[in-house]
Amino acid sequence: MPYLTIDDKQVEFKQGQTIIEAAVTADIDIPHFCWHPKLSISGNCRVCLVEVEKMPKLVIACSTLAAEGMIVHSKSQKTLEARNAVMEFILINHPLDCPICDEAGECKLQDYAYSHGKGESRFEEIKVRKDKRVQLGPFIKFDGDRCISCSRCIRFSDEIAGANQLTFVKRGDRVTITTFPGESFDNPYALNTTDICPVGALTNQDFRFKSRVWEMSSTKSICVGCSRGCNTEIWVRNNEILRLTPRLNEDVNSFWMCDNGRLNTFKFVNANSRVDGNYIKENDELKKVDWLYAISKTADYLKKYKGNEIAFIGSPFATCEDNFTMVKLAKALGVSNIDFAEHNIQGDQDDILIREDKTPNSLGAKLVGVKPAQNGMNLEGILRSIKEGNIKALYVMEDDVASISNEWEEALGKLNLLIVHSSNFNKTAKLANIVFSSSTFAEKNGTFVNFQGRVQRIRPAVSTIEMDRALDRMNMSRWDKFGTQFDRWMQGHKYDAKPGWKIFSLISSQLNFKMRYEMAEDVFADIAKSIEAFSSLDYDVIGEIGSQIEIKKTVAV
Amino acid sequence: MAEKKRKKDLNFFERIYVVEIVKGMILTFKNMLRPKVTMEYPEVKFDPPASYRGRPVLVQENNGVERCVACGLCSRVCPALAIEVQAAETELEKERYPQKFEINMLRCIFCGFCEEVCPEEAIVMSKDYELVFTNRDDAIYGKDKLLIPVDKLKDRLEFLRNFK
Ligand code: SF4
Ligand code: SF4
Ligand code: SF4
Ligand code: SF4
Repeated sequence: MPYLTIDDKQVEFKQGQTIIEAAVTADIDIPHFCWHPKLSISGNCRVCLVEVEKMPKLVIACSTLAAEGMIVHSKSQKTLEARNAVMEFILINHPLDCPICDEAGECKLQDYAYSHGKGESRFEEIKVRKDKRVQLGPFIKFDGDRCISCSRCIRFSDEIAGANQLTFVKRGDRVTITTFPGESFDNPYALNTTDICPVGALTNQDFRFKSRVWEMSSTKSICVGCSRGCNTEIWVRNNEILRLTPRLNEDVNSFWMCDNGRLNTFKFVNANSRVDGNYIKENDELKKVDWLYAISKTADYLKKYKGNEIAFIGSPFATCEDNFTMVKLAKALGVSNIDFAEHNIQGDQDDILIREDKTPNSLGAKLVGVKPAQNGMNLEGILRSIKEGNIKALYVMEDDVASISNEWEEALGKLNLLIVHSSNFNKTAKLANIVFSSSTFAEKNGTFVNFQGRVQRIRPAVSTIEMDRALDRMNMSRWDKFGTQFDRWMQGHKYDAKPGWKIFSLISSQLNFKMRYEMAEDVFADIAKSIEAFSSLDYDVIGEIGSQIEIKKTVAV
Repeated sequence: MAEKKRKKDLNFFERIYVVEIVKGMILTFKNMLRPKVTMEYPEVKFDPPASYRGRPVLVQENNGVERCVACGLCSRVCPALAIEVQAAETELEKERYPQKFEINMLRCIFCGFCEEVCPEEAIVMSKDYELVFTNRDDAIYGKDKLLIPVDKLKDRLEFLRNFK
């Protein structure tokens, strides 16, 4: 492979790579605004100017091809002077908006102005003013003043989202961004531009002004919006999720996530409908009870039924750990009627990220055995035999079965016993005899298997009553580290909930067999031991970007 | 060997002590005649100079709007984590304002960092040193107690212009 030299470092590159690409692979940082590894080259910001020996002028690293023997200086006197000059030009018309700008703290312009700028302005004239607070699309506000015309948003819309909606208009220092006449910037991936916009010109309406970025903790997680399982960061302050952002994973979602996933998959965590503690139905009314009581009651009730009078419904929304322990409990009770409900929206799929299967873990649920055991009934069979009165007790974990159809809702009314794990009150939970309060994806450790067969980890970002941020080694913001119970910014509500696997192992301890799990990791170790597809995996191996597993044809979706 | 003279050896005048007593009394009487520097607080109140760092307050413009844009820098710089700011959007030209601004006076150490970092000159140290509360909750001052009309803060603002 050919070599070039960047800042006295020998760097290997592939034929056709540009200088900046070669530098990135060698961990050399060349400042840039308009260049993005996934977008076409535009070369308009000029900040990546570097000095190349034997070339008469400085060249831009983003569009100059690397060549054998090339000697590049990205920190020479000439380069730094040019970079300072470019920064000065860009800052001429940039407003002093940092105090009111959401991007502050994660802004490339702010960072580079600090590291490469002169620190003072020689520009005494009046800055060009443009429109602020322009509603570009349903979820995006545009601030013309702040835009540095890098065209990343335009190129993203054309090249990645495949929706040609944005364009530059006007020229020179009046240039600005707008949608084509009659268009709204509403493609299903539009909000990704708020991440790649190097300044605060495009802001997420949903998150706007909610928090400064340095006040939140961020936790690596997985989106639960569909079976793609985009890698995400959950941003939390005062125990409340404020935003989700995508996290780079080349094998799954690259730098992106869809707007539906970003906006609509976390609000239920802090919604008023949270279950928060367990409930038992007495005289047709759900009454709050403590864990011990709910668990021993459940065990008592379950003992009254024969194995073939009970059915268990798992969930593609729950983790592999939760589904696995449920199956274990079901089998210990001699139940073979086990299945889960799929949630597909026919046709709501594209070639980019979005999948028809609107759950994060249907493949995982199948793999850990949420399917009818020998002579057991599947979902349809369960429904039929509830109606016929053969199945008298139903255990539903983390799924709103009653909302599938009216038929299901009616059937649930016929049961003698309905036990439900749910994070929020929904139709099913309201019909239940016992409701266990279950942790959401943002409150527990666990694994999901996406449609590709990639095992990925979720981690707790929001704390429940039984957790402690420090002791459970959750990520902490500065506020979390130093807060006391007397600080109002520390009083975010903690729900009384437990992950599914923990509830099942507590129930099993009241029955004749015991599942001894201390942590989600113990459950996973058990999964790895007993299910071939997961063998050789553990939480460390899965790590931050997941592991691909071999899937036999028989279980493939 | 000559006798060594020690510092401790007092001479005759020093040994009789009278001179020293007279010297001391002169000092005492001189101070008795000087104007008083103590005051009969709380009957008489202390009016601090502009450089005094009393409790931090928020500047309220004459039109009733606060200067603060809820940037959160004071909250970030505060070494005692005394300040909590929650921003929100307004229709006014300055699009951002503090929906909630709270300073916990039990945490505050009156260092003045918040004043120094504020890009809007919106939070300043006042002359108010009388902070009394009987429970922890009352010690958290909200916007109602923090907002002070700009006219009442002229001294401090002028001081900042000259010396900051
Ligand atoms: S809005 Fe942002 S991404 Fe788009 S051109 Fe302006 S600075 Fe670049
Ligand atoms: S494509 Fe699916 S997983 Fe990715 S962000 Fe959208 S809903 Fe979430
Ligand atoms: S004076 Fe110091 S301690 Fe008090 S609020 Fe301001 S920065 Fe915090
Ligand atoms: S630094 Fe000034 S403008 Fe910013 S939040 Fe504090 S008081 Fe408001």
